[in-house]
Amino acid sequence: MTRDGRRLRGRSRRTGTPRGSGAQPAGTALRAVGLTRSYGRGESLLWAVDRVDLDVPAGQTLAVTGPSGCGKSTLLQLLGGLDRPTEGEVWLGGRRIDHLGERALAGLRCRSVGFVFQSFHLMDELTAAENVELPALLAGSSPRAARRRAAGLLDRVGLADRARHLPSELSGGQRQRVAIARALVNEPLVVLADEPTGNLDSAATRDILHLFDELRAAGQTLVMATHDERVAATADRVVSLRDGVPVDDTRLADDAGAGLGALLSWED
Amino acid sequence: MQDVVLALLAKEPSHGYDLRRRLAAALGPLGEALNAGQIYVTLTRLEKTGLVVQEREDAPVRGPRRKVYALTASGQQRVAAWLAETTGPRADVAEFHLKLVAAAESGLADPLALADARRRELMRRLAEVQHAALAHDVNTEAGLLLEGIALRLQADLRWLDACERTWSARAPGGRGGGNG
Ligand SMILES: Nc1ncnc2c1ncn2[C@@H]1O[C@H](COP(=O)(O)OP(=O)(O)O)[C@@H](O)[C@H]1O
Ligand SMILES: [Mg+2]
Repeated sequence: MTRDGRRLRGRSRRTGTPRGSGAQPAGTALRAVGLTRSYGRGESLLWAVDRVDLDVPAGQTLAVTGPSGCGKSTLLQLLGGLDRPTEGEVWLGGRRIDHLGERALAGLRCRSVGFVFQSFHLMDELTAAENVELPALLAGSSPRAARRRAAGLLDRVGLADRARHLPSELSGGQRQRVAIARALVNEPLVVLADEPTGNLDSAATRDILHLFDELRAAGQTLVMATHDERVAATADRVVSLRDGVPVDDTRLADDAGAGLGALLSWED
Repeated sequence: MQDVVLALLAKEPSHGYDLRRRLAAALGPLGEALNAGQIYVTLTRLEKTGLVVQEREDAPVRGPRRKVYALTASGQQRVAAWLAETTGPRADVAEFHLKLVAAAESGLADPLALADARRRELMRRLAEVQHAALAHDVNTEAGLLLEGIALRLQADLRWLDACERTWSARAPGGRGGGNG
């Protein structure tokens, strides 16, 4: 699909002054500067993420929304160091990560970023507890410390009694809660969740949203990609992408029900 | 109805018959119930309140010079105010649809900007509802009501995506041709 009209207008907006490298403001957990990822070349060149500037303050929950193919997953992968940008910078906790070597990046991903995926990505042959322990062990924890933390986290996500179950013995919602516990085990700077409720029914979705709410209360920085408006509406802030470009950035109030009365259409 | 008729006149002074044709085109099968009488009644009311005046058509394409209705200055102000006013969360689908049509036809507002403003409004409202919904068990009466309202708001937001796709494909040099 060509997007020439927008593309040309977009590209010509670029000014001569090179933007931004430099330290991020204090209190920023995650920062993108001119972040761009293109695929293909020539006729099939496509900007999946197009010069995105984004600051995520520590403790914020941010939802990235937009229709399928707008670049949500690509953006999250760039932010988490799972993919490398074509142009631009990614800063995580005050450190620039986009040009790190593969080893350093792998270590950083393991210790500082917690990933949650739509299809859970648990290891089938490991128990719930072992799945949660694994990243802790990879980050150099002692087996004892890893076990203790995994047990604590499984308790926190309401699955203390499922610790010895294999993923195949758990429901989708339970698997995703294990995946969230795993994402938290190394106390990451940021949790990145890509369509975390995409494979879940509405009851399991509620469980995950409750869990995210607890994480938010605990000050965990969280960025989620979702095409579900009801999920996005639980975040502090919503950024909408279209064709890789942020077209809206809205802050949401968290005062439950402040204006709910306006929804009643009683006239008298 | 008054606002819609005024907004359609913002494009150009028109005959009642012409207004009805444009309104019917914008409304599709929903416009079938619309009869010419309703349009004339509305035009007469608008004339009484000084929002429109009748004038002679400048140069008819064919046939004799007809009387056409045109906006007065206060009519124009009212149209601008109607387009700028954010529609509440309860605004009905047809009203917002006609607002986008009128905005595009008259060139007085950008349909995409109207859609963006409405998305933000609906999203804020949905956030309030969702926070309340998560605090209530779905199996309670309150929880059930909140669930219904959240689903309605979500449906409105999804329809808005469709509006955005259509209007951005039509906009000259607009946001590109949509997705995927
Ligand atoms: N590995 C890839 N190679 C080529 N194109 C890709 C690749 N990954 C994603 N894309 C394209 O990039 C765009 C954004 O994809 P994605 O980030 O997965 O969007 P979303 O998560 O919002 O659905 C889409 O047009 C998609 O087809
Ligand atoms: Mg995706």
